[in-house]
Amino acid sequence: MFVSSLKRVAPQLLILAIMIGINVIVFPGFLSIEFQNGRLFGNLVDVLNRGAPTALLAIGMTLVIATRGIDLSVGAVIAIAGAVAAKVVVDGHGWHLALLAALSAGIICGIWNGILVAFLRIQPIVATLVLMVAGRGIAQLITEGTILTFLDPGLIQLGAGTIAGIPTPILIWLGLGIVVTAIVRRTALGMLIEAIGINERSSRLAGINSGVLLVLVYLVSGFCAAMAGVIVAADIKGADANNAGLWLELDAILAVVIGGNSLLGGRFSIVASLLGALIIQSVNTVILLSGMPPEFNLVIKALIIIAILVIQSPRVKHMLYLLRASSEPLNREKPATSIEEGRA
Amino acid sequence: MIRSTNLPLFITLMTFVLAYALCASQYPAMLSGRVAANLLTDNAFLGITAVGMTFVILSGGIDLSVGSVIAFTGVFLAVVLRDTGIHPVTAFALVLLITIAFGAAMGSIIHYLEMPPFIVTLAGMFLARGAAYVLSTDSVPITHEFYDVLQGLYWKMPGGGRFRLIGAVMLLTFIVAMIVAHRTRFGKNVYALGGGAGTAQLMGVPMARTTIGIYAVSGGLAGLAGIVFSLYTSAGYSLATVGVELDAIAAVVIGGTLLTGGSGTIAGTFFGILIMGLIQTYIVFDGTLSSWWTKIVIGALLFAFIVLQKGLGWATTARTIPATRFAERS
Repeated sequence: MFVSSLKRVAPQLLILAIMIGINVIVFPGFLSIEFQNGRLFGNLVDVLNRGAPTALLAIGMTLVIATRGIDLSVGAVIAIAGAVAAKVVVDGHGWHLALLAALSAGIICGIWNGILVAFLRIQPIVATLVLMVAGRGIAQLITEGTILTFLDPGLIQLGAGTIAGIPTPILIWLGLGIVVTAIVRRTALGMLIEAIGINERSSRLAGINSGVLLVLVYLVSGFCAAMAGVIVAADIKGADANNAGLWLELDAILAVVIGGNSLLGGRFSIVASLLGALIIQSVNTVILLSGMPPEFNLVIKALIIIAILVIQSPRVKHMLYLLRASSEPLNREKPATSIEEGRA
Repeated sequence: MIRSTNLPLFITLMTFVLAYALCASQYPAMLSGRVAANLLTDNAFLGITAVGMTFVILSGGIDLSVGSVIAFTGVFLAVVLRDTGIHPVTAFALVLLITIAFGAAMGSIIHYLEMPPFIVTLAGMFLARGAAYVLSTDSVPITHEFYDVLQGLYWKMPGGGRFRLIGAVMLLTFIVAMIVAHRTRFGKNVYALGGGAGTAQLMGVPMARTTIGIYAVSGGLAGLAGIVFSLYTSAGYSLATVGVELDAIAAVVIGGTLLTGGSGTIAGTFFGILIMGLIQTYIVFDGTLSSWWTKIVIGALLFAFIVLQKGLGWATTARTIPATRFAERS
């Protein structure tokens, strides 16, 4: 079983290795990791740390996409969760309450999306568009249009602190990733989610409570987004309703797609999506480290992403398969010709 | 009775009339020609973008790149007019050629590589925005006498409003688009594609030509919107028009077009744009409401129209059930 799952993520591991290889070429000290002042330092640690919001979003987004849905609202939920956390702390409450309030806000957003999709039967892309448009307005309503700054050490610890020398965001996304993977893979939940993605109607006829499961999936996505929102806000010690998590939903969807998960639902792999998030982050790092003018960032990122997507597109895969299949008979003929050559 | 295909359009129209009446009852000055003229001028670039988006959404696709293409067009025009001596009209033609080719390229990838439009246009969005950054990261002013001539063209409406050239360009775009969508073979093909790709192919719709054409139209109209936007602001800035694709999608949905494709009208999109413009105008008139209320109200409206469409969908299926039962029996 371990071998088969390794085979599943092999393309992602290969791309990640290539990206890290390019990183090492442009910046030879890329792989060195130091331990200073009770904290790990190094570019690899940075990739893991900076990739935390995208990785967190990718966990929830993978499940949503596996049900043949999509969650466009996660960027807005990041803004809402950050605003809620900051507001609670600024009002003089502890960071526990702030975290709890932010996560609850994310869960409420997720349930709202889930109800629209599961019970009002609205197309996911439209249903989550509502919150995507309105969410930033709501976040601005909470922060009253300003950037709410805070100095609560407990909350800042979540985004910028360390536990046993490892930056907290890394532990949070790794932990959440392991927990969610364990839950969906050690129980039948993962299979049921895949069943909904492959054919919702027949899965319902087979006795799967698809309504509740769909709401649950969007709830997890909202929860992950809220967690990412708290980290983003804690990292800059403030809640910026306009820019927090801007376009992160697109990065998260890209991470899931680079992870080889089909946008049409069905089989999914959270590990592959997390690798996808790390690939995106190492693309960002390579552009940064290479010292190229920052104007070129987006163009290069777009070109790399297009290249990865073209390689993974069904048509190209099919052509590669045909190429391999047609070369097989040639292989069989080869020994024969070489023998003839030998005779000659 | 109104046919069910026209009902969403009718409801959008009624919403607009009702909203305008409510606004006017509170602020009678909103009935003036000046407000009406500004409604057209301020939303000209968004309206033109939404026309292209309507075609894409009617075909069952989506185009996330339009906002970035508008920004790219603006920066391209500003840089070209600053650094070279070519006439703005030549620059307009050049930039339209680039944006049409850009849209066609995305359409080809979508069709030939069988990739989802969402992901392809997302990459296109990064690419266009990145190209704008590469050209210039600063806001570049446009100071060409031809721009002054174009900006000086207006028709003084009774009541003091100025009906400007860019408003006319938007109206013209809508009229041409309506003719193309409802009276040409290409328009019929777009509806057929949105109704179901498999069925359309069996019916003999040229899939490659139609798909590429749709995204080329969307790209070209985004380019035209970029030209209009540069006339509106007299500058090119690579960070401008972030999120315009969302506004355009919202306007199309409020205009009664189904996001699944196959059903909707260009005229509906026009009123969708006017409703969104009206919300903004109301907030300006009120003065105490903050700008973020615009987003919340548009979100709420979006939700209301989606639920409405769902309700209409249920109503039509409920009506057809007896017919199918009848067919089974016979």
